[in-house]
Amino acid sequence: MSADLTELYQQVILDHNRRPRNRGRLPTANRVAHGDNPSCGDQCDVFLRLDGDRIAEISFDGSGCAISQASASLMTTQLKGKTAAEAETLYQEFHDIVTTGKEPAEISDVAAFAGVHAFPARIKCATLGWHAALNALKADATTATTESHTD
Amino acid sequence: MPSWKDVRADFPILHQQVNGRPLVYLDNGATTQKPRAVIDALVRYYERDNSNVHRGLHTLSMRATDAYEGARARVAKFVNAADPAEIIFTRGTTESINLVARSYGGKLGRGDVILCTEMEHHSNLVPWQQAAKASGATLKFVPFIGANAEGGLDLEALDRLLTPQVKVFAFTHISNTLGTINPVAELCRRARAVGAVTVIDAAQSAGHAPLDVRLLGCDFLAFSGHKMCGPTGIGVLYGRFALLDQLSPDETGGGMVVSVDFEGAKWKPAPERFEAGTPNVAGAIGLGAACDYLDSLDRVAIRQHDDELARVAYEKLATLPGIRLIGPTGERGGLVSFAFEGVHAHDVVTFADEDGVALRGGHHCNQPLMRKLGLTSTTRASFYLYNTAEEIDLLVASLRRTLKFFIG
Ligand SMILES: Cc1ncc(COP(=O)(O)O)c(C=O)c1O
Repeated sequence: MSADLTELYQQVILDHNRRPRNRGRLPTANRVAHGDNPSCGDQCDVFLRLDGDRIAEISFDGSGCAISQASASLMTTQLKGKTAAEAETLYQEFHDIVTTGKEPAEISDVAAFAGVHAFPARIKCATLGWHAALNALKADATTATTESHTD
Repeated sequence: MPSWKDVRADFPILHQQVNGRPLVYLDNGATTQKPRAVIDALVRYYERDNSNVHRGLHTLSMRATDAYEGARARVAKFVNAADPAEIIFTRGTTESINLVARSYGGKLGRGDVILCTEMEHHSNLVPWQQAAKASGATLKFVPFIGANAEGGLDLEALDRLLTPQVKVFAFTHISNTLGTINPVAELCRRARAVGAVTVIDAAQSAGHAPLDVRLLGCDFLAFSGHKMCGPTGIGVLYGRFALLDQLSPDETGGGMVVSVDFEGAKWKPAPERFEAGTPNVAGAIGLGAACDYLDSLDRVAIRQHDDELARVAYEKLATLPGIRLIGPTGERGGLVSFAFEGVHAHDVVTFADEDGVALRGGHHCNQPLMRKLGLTSTTRASFYLYNTAEEIDLLVASLRRTLKFFIG
């Protein structure tokens, strides 16, 4: 396997793909948003229970490639307990990682997504769940699509 | 029977390495590669004859006009149209179908029915949704049979659906996702019996099999040059002249009018009525060259070659663990579509690409069909005249490697 492909499909990603965390509908959710990647048909629903400004609970459901599923799964573990502003910051950090390949200063599982930058077509896969989550936080009822965001 | 090895030599693009491996191009359903003869025709036109058509009186304009109209006559012969005036040049299948849906759709009203099938490409679905919305007509669908659509279209349901209210019946010749070959002549015959106008999406069949509009008995037929060895940006709408003659233009402007005053304009007859503005002259000439190329090889032989590759691929793929093959189990067009339990099409395509194998993964512009099959995406291998049985083995080996990585 080439170095690029090994970088893309890191163990952390394969693990989240095989055993997704926080997957399924959240019955207590008070916010939900749907994300679509129209170029490939990937879909992701994100469910939130907001307690004031804080994400008390979060889950996702959907279908897509290993990158999109692992990213959504890891995202739920990152966003739980965070405020909307903190979530926005985490997204910016994640976005930098997948677009530039620069690993974060602190040791973190999200570093596994640095390999995505060598596959520009897959950046949208990696950010789909995040777009849905940010829409849910904004109570934006419109579907998040990877096309209306600039990656 | 052409020598298929020699055929490969006709396509310059095939002789390259991708990611360090010889290119195995199996994405012909999306677009096909171009033979030297087509590339040369484009270069020759731009180097010697380039000019605007139908309006210049100088030598180059006359040459360009002759070449452009010559291409129209060549395409007419390619589909056995009665008259070159029945060939309208468009950007491709999508524009051709939009043209019919808007122009013919203007004749529809409340109470009328537009009939499609459940296996249409978005290009032969969304324009009809728009036509239905604009006219108040109802859109209905002929269902397919089987959990993997292996049974083709439900022809009994078709009989129930084909009422005298049906004004248009639009269907694909070969499904780009399933590989199903629809019995188009029979569909046209049944539609004609209730007075419905037929529109065939021949995007996947033109250039892959003989195509005779008079034998099929269709009213309209659409295809794209780029899926049959021709350039991108050129396509065809065939329309029976008597019908074209009754239609209003979709786009208006220069080149399609007989006379204009400040209040209005009079249209030229078909085909010019439907070709406003400067057309894709080079594209049409390239498409004419593609017709010459394909007929020099014999389309019956091409069809046998592609279908045989698809049959072999289907059999070999069926041996892979956890694979779900969709579409017909028997006779099929030159493509195979499949999904794996636990490995997404995108990951399959990324791995195949590393082995130099170009595949398509996704919904193939067939979202409602996919949804009904309970899928969000499939991987598709689609074949053409330059593909070989060895390439199928490379495909299968690549897929095995992917499965091993993700599933173990
Ligand atoms: C069956 C079918 N119809 C229509 C189209 C649209 O063709 P084009 O994009 O060339 O307009 C395609 C191409 O993907 C197709 O496979």
